[in-house]
Amino acid sequence: MDILRFITAGSVDDGKSTLIGRLLYDSKSIMIDQLEAIQKQTRNREEGDIDLALLTDGLRAEREQGITIDVAYKYFSTPRRKFIIADAPGHIQYTRNMVTGASNANLIIILIDARHGVIEQTRRHSIIASLLNIPHVVVAVNKMDMVAYSQDTYNNIVIDYAKAAASLGLQNVTYLPISALNGDNIVDRSQLLSWYDGPTLLHLLETVEVQSDIDLQHARFPVQYVIRPQTDVLHDYRGYAGKLISGIYQKGDAVTVLPSGLQSTIKSIEIGGKEVEEAFAPQSIVLHLADNIDVSRGDVLVSSNDLPRLEQELDVLLCWMDNKPLTAGSRYLLQINSYLVKTIVKEIQYKLDVNSLQQEPFPATVGLNEIVRVRIKTASPVAFDAYNDLRVNGGAILIDETSNVTVGACMIQ
Amino acid sequence: MDFTRNNIESTIIQKQMSKYQLDYLEQLESEAIHIFREVAGQFEKPALLFSGGKDSITLVHLALKAFRPGKFPFPLVHIDTGHNFQEALDFRDALAEKTGEKLIVRQVADTIQQQNLTEPKGKFASRNALQTFTLLDTIHEFKFDACIGGARRDEEKARAKERIFSVRDEFGQWDPKLQRPELWNIYNGRIHKGENVRVFPISNWTELDIWNYIRRENIELPSIYFAHDREVLEHEGQLVALSEFIQREETDKISTRRVRYRTVGDMTCTAAVESNATTIDDIINEIIATKTSERGETRIDDKVSEAAMEDRKKSGYF
Repeated sequence: MDILRFITAGSVDDGKSTLIGRLLYDSKSIMIDQLEAIQKQTRNREEGDIDLALLTDGLRAEREQGITIDVAYKYFSTPRRKFIIADAPGHIQYTRNMVTGASNANLIIILIDARHGVIEQTRRHSIIASLLNIPHVVVAVNKMDMVAYSQDTYNNIVIDYAKAAASLGLQNVTYLPISALNGDNIVDRSQLLSWYDGPTLLHLLETVEVQSDIDLQHARFPVQYVIRPQTDVLHDYRGYAGKLISGIYQKGDAVTVLPSGLQSTIKSIEIGGKEVEEAFAPQSIVLHLADNIDVSRGDVLVSSNDLPRLEQELDVLLCWMDNKPLTAGSRYLLQINSYLVKTIVKEIQYKLDVNSLQQEPFPATVGLNEIVRVRIKTASPVAFDAYNDLRVNGGAILIDETSNVTVGACMIQ
Repeated sequence: MDFTRNNIESTIIQKQMSKYQLDYLEQLESEAIHIFREVAGQFEKPALLFSGGKDSITLVHLALKAFRPGKFPFPLVHIDTGHNFQEALDFRDALAEKTGEKLIVRQVADTIQQQNLTEPKGKFASRNALQTFTLLDTIHEFKFDACIGGARRDEEKARAKERIFSVRDEFGQWDPKLQRPELWNIYNGRIHKGENVRVFPISNWTELDIWNYIRRENIELPSIYFAHDREVLEHEGQLVALSEFIQREETDKISTRRVRYRTVGDMTCTAAVESNATTIDDIINEIIATKTSERGETRIDDKVSEAAMEDRKKSGYF
């Protein structure tokens, strides 16, 4: 049994919350008391059937306004898999939430209302999926009940979307027709969609192969913390604690410490206090080196045969997440894994229209939810891999040093 | 296309891969250890809030994996309402002794006295809300900048929206609309003086994940988690243990039942469930079969209003 993390994206009335509610309900992950609470709520709203969307709206303001404000995480499991759903709002002002939810996802479900087909928001969600390099894309054509379960309608939407996907370079796209409201093709097959012979949504989620999303080729180990007990017995113990974010390490492997460039070999590896011969991503481990060299939090231990890039000027695709606009020349902190470094945004090269992919060169300012390509300079060199090659070592955040808020998501190019 | 051949090939690939594959509990464990170490790396004065319940016991187990053979870079802190189960308190002390880690206990009763707070009244007068006062005082006393807690997102709707690193202002308040975006596995723990961060390493675990992990790791638990005979009072379908902390009335229906606890909180607001489960396996089987959520079945304090947890969190509660 493993874990699939996925995000759902759709416009305001695409039935996204209903879909999640349906998955939870049909997989029997909703308990009686939770159902009773929703029934009570639904009666308050004077509606008929129970409103499955209420399951995901956690905050009072959301329930009152009938919208989703923030990313909510939901959980369910089947005998095959544990699922973590990031439920991100679809409306335009909340791009930052979708980027947040997408950053950890193996898979995205893009919902399309069968009555409306591929619309501007569909394109936006797909562009974000492509920018964040989500490994698997599922296009669920929802509300098939509203178009009399028409195969032609479905086929036309698939043709339309395939064009958009091709222009974005989206790979691994799977399509299926559903009705979240009626539960057609979610957990159980539907008689009404007998022309469709592919898997149900749940079956798809259960079987999509995610192990290959973890990179086992490039060994990268950001040091989080140094364990030094300094007791009589363990006087010389010095263990580097961290998570192996990609690759495999074995005892005796040659490693390089970045950004310093110092070299050593792995003397021993511990997992949960026990010594092991090798470790692989994404295990949390403790490494010991053969040489007594200077290593501390923020350093990355990489395989000496396979170095990442080490640069001080970086080209970055940046999703701006702050109310205060971004202007060229502003200073921030850049955090990539455990490494924190002062940064200046030297140049805003272009703004990306997330609906059309058109580029607006040298915009004066950048507002909340806008995506731009910038060139940044850091105070010390950064060890990284291009985001599209190795997601776990190419994503970074910008922090405003005065407010301490996370203001941007960086995908290093 | 030759499907048979394809299947054989993919089986071989899977076999090769499985050597380097973590199952879901190992993934959750690694994620939690990573979060623990981020706290150690980013903060000056962290603390682990320890309640004596299964979730915080699991946290201690994970912290051992994250930091041994070193000491924890934080003390265990217990905010004692004075209404705890004795079994949980004994377990707490034994665990602190066994691990050799520092335990700090602060009493809600002391805060009530010092700040002239009003004790809640009623049949099941709960000090649950007063706990927040003692917690904030304790954070202030020790200048804690990060408090690690065992809250899980599957517990409750408001919790489902909270970040793993959740920034609280000087009054401990949570503002759901001003949360920092949390991307990839990068945690921004920078705060201003006086603020603190609540950190939830097991955010992504469900109740069943916790029990499966306890079983796999052989984690010891207080005895009240297992079936035992107890004198209980039946109140609106819930079974509340008789204790000096609840008001008894003549009309009370009192009986001795075979029960266990699914969550461990105050004796005034935690209900027992009828059960014969004496082993972890029994408990897991019961949880898989249950039709009621953990908090719904056992917490009297969440039923007050639709937004009960959200309100408590906004005002500094965990």
